[in-house]
Amino acid sequence: MAMVQPKSIRYRVWASHLGLLCFIGLILFPLLMVVSISFREGNFATGSLFPDNPTLEHWSLALGIPYTLEDGSVVQPPFPVLLWLWNSIKVALISSLLILMLSTTSAYAFARMRFAYKGVILKSMLVFQMFPAVLSLVAIYALFDELGKHFSWLGINSHGAVILASLGGMALHIWTIKGYFETIDSSLEEAAIVDGATTWQAFIYILLPLSVPILAVVFILAFIGTITEYPIASVLLLDVDHLTLAVGAQQYLYPQNYLWGDFAAAAVLSGFPITLCFLYCQKWLVGGLTAGGVKG
Amino acid sequence: MSTQALPMPQSQLHILFSHRLVKLTAVLLVNLFALYLVVALYAQQQIAFALLLLVLIASASYIFFSKKAYAHRYIYPSLAGMGIFVIFPLLYTVGIGFTNYSASNLLSLERVQEFHLSQTYVSSAGKYQFQLFESNGQYRIQVYRPDVPGQQFSTESFSLGDEVQSLTLYKGSTALPEPLKIRQIIKLKAALAKLRLNLPQGGELRLSGLRQFAAVTPVYVRGDGNTLINQQNGEQIRPNFDTGFYQTSAGEALSPGFTVAVGWQNFTRVVTDPNIREPFLQIFVWTLLFSALSVLFTLVVGLLLANLLQWEQLRGKGFYRTMLILPYAVPAFISILVFKGLFNQNFGEINLVLGQLFGIEPTWFSDPLMAKSMILIVNTWLGYPYILLLCMGLLQSIPGDLYEASTMDGAGPVDNLLRITLPLVIKPLVPLLIASFAFNFNNFVLISLLTGGSPDIIGATTPAGTTDLLVSYTYRIAFQDSGQNFGLAAAIATVIFLMVGALALINLKLSKIKI
Repeated sequence: MAMVQPKSIRYRVWASHLGLLCFIGLILFPLLMVVSISFREGNFATGSLFPDNPTLEHWSLALGIPYTLEDGSVVQPPFPVLLWLWNSIKVALISSLLILMLSTTSAYAFARMRFAYKGVILKSMLVFQMFPAVLSLVAIYALFDELGKHFSWLGINSHGAVILASLGGMALHIWTIKGYFETIDSSLEEAAIVDGATTWQAFIYILLPLSVPILAVVFILAFIGTITEYPIASVLLLDVDHLTLAVGAQQYLYPQNYLWGDFAAAAVLSGFPITLCFLYCQKWLVGGLTAGGVKG
Repeated sequence: MSTQALPMPQSQLHILFSHRLVKLTAVLLVNLFALYLVVALYAQQQIAFALLLLVLIASASYIFFSKKAYAHRYIYPSLAGMGIFVIFPLLYTVGIGFTNYSASNLLSLERVQEFHLSQTYVSSAGKYQFQLFESNGQYRIQVYRPDVPGQQFSTESFSLGDEVQSLTLYKGSTALPEPLKIRQIIKLKAALAKLRLNLPQGGELRLSGLRQFAAVTPVYVRGDGNTLINQQNGEQIRPNFDTGFYQTSAGEALSPGFTVAVGWQNFTRVVTDPNIREPFLQIFVWTLLFSALSVLFTLVVGLLLANLLQWEQLRGKGFYRTMLILPYAVPAFISILVFKGLFNQNFGEINLVLGQLFGIEPTWFSDPLMAKSMILIVNTWLGYPYILLLCMGLLQSIPGDLYEASTMDGAGPVDNLLRITLPLVIKPLVPLLIASFAFNFNNFVLISLLTGGSPDIIGATTPAGTTDLLVSYTYRIAFQDSGQNFGLAAAIATVIFLMVGALALINLKLSKIKI
């Protein structure tokens, strides 16, 4: 507690509250606006934050239900939003499970075992992780084109390809988990190994149950990372029915076919769960975010 | 354990042995299959892929079979993932940078040869008059050469359809009496064009007029080496390995082209061709400016907010914190598109508010300066929560008595921020800021979803926009428009790789990572 306080402190507290609230108002303006727009009539309506004639038109279309207008005409949903959301969730779930499994086993080896070039491998993983995938898209496309000739479920326009491509980005997750493993005393595992457990058993039955929190964090980070991935999916996926949300969402805002209201409903519908999930996990995420950079 | 001291029972030994045998067989089978694929890929001229598979399989076999490489079994899958999907594409891209791989030079030399050899023309030498006969919906054709006696052939009876059908010609004439009139043949013309008549001495006839069928011959036959000989005029065409096209002796290039190595040509083009150099430099400067300003703005906003939230007198920190990191929680692809809509010049909410308050309606998407400001505003909105989260963590490690001492000495909040907080925070923050710089340097999603690079740079021969970053510029050269110049895109990508690599190494040095 600060012992010395100037007299003006109350005014400064009030000024800070006011400033923060104004700033938050400014920051939240786009988000509130989108919620409001999703309830407005038509795709070009302008108006106040609280719509004058709230309508569920866009929400109904976002949920895939054809909507009957007052004049009796029926509007069909422009895009299969729920299918895109399902595609995204499917791809992200499988990817992040695979990423979690593989990066946990790697992290275990990096944290507990001694082997040649360990430091070099760890450092070069960090360096290579900084190279953006956008620049090698031609190569990635060629790779999956070739792969698809031998295994069609991994070719262009398959979700298998997107899932597989996501396995390139595990370096930061490995660093995060490795950092956590190093905070756990290895004496328990050593005791188990003395009692006849194999290294693998010590890892699975002793270390893993102790690291559930970090595994959850990495899973969520990987999930958010893959669900928001845009460049690779935009090149690998072609059919409307195969798109993920990140690729499909922009189709609402083509100048020739500007569906602003429909987009707003779809954006709120699909963005809300991801946002909530992120906010819920945020207190664990900070450690994961900085792990690659400032640990040690 | 006690069991280990005893001699192993026979059955257990047997199991161990058979386990090993099963494992060995499995590894052998996998390896055989993989080697088959390697050879197949090599045969298809996919040498890069063949090498990749070979390296993967060889290292996998060693690691999962050698006792010495036990630790590597744990890291193999993730390293392989990184190798296949990050490092290999990177090298492959660098490789493409030295070729003329593009929409016009897409195929290999073999495939281009096959294409030319499959071209055909209807030669005037083998013209046959024909007659069509009909009975009960079944047809027969009789062809003959008026100039060569005895050259008369006819088909079995067949029915006409929409499909291409191949018919064999037999020597001799049909017994049917009356051929169809020209009127009826006109009606049947489309179906007749689908017929392929095979002569007994070899050669194929196709419909070439209302009264005649003619022989179809390939335009080219193979000559010496890779040359092809045009049968129509006897001219030789040969592949030009500098341009990647077959060309006639007059130097005329024939599409499609094939991919050849062109050395540093793509790189020199970026430097020497003014129509590429000007936009490239303009985009490069903007990319640097964009990344630097993004880092600066997010740092200023994030650090100030972190300081405020750190203040003990302030209540409701949890609420503020949650609200302030909300932009980070919303998926970027959604919030960027939301901004795209809000900034819309005609019915966007932002211009509506600005118009009501100040009476101005900026043209956010067509004026380069406004477009750039919009991008920076949006990116600051997207990026400050990250810095805020980082700074909040770092500020907690600054001892509180430093501030008390400074307050005793009469320092205000501004002095505290500039003289205590900033110097203590900046050092651990630098590597993260460099990472943030590198991230923004390659912030493809923002540009591609918000402006798509527009407004365009006037006079550029490649698709280039004033708000394009180097990455989105590369992407557009490779995937947009009819150009699809993969080679040039890869060359620019290689330049970016070098810059990112340098940044990454500097970062590694500065952050002093302990392993």
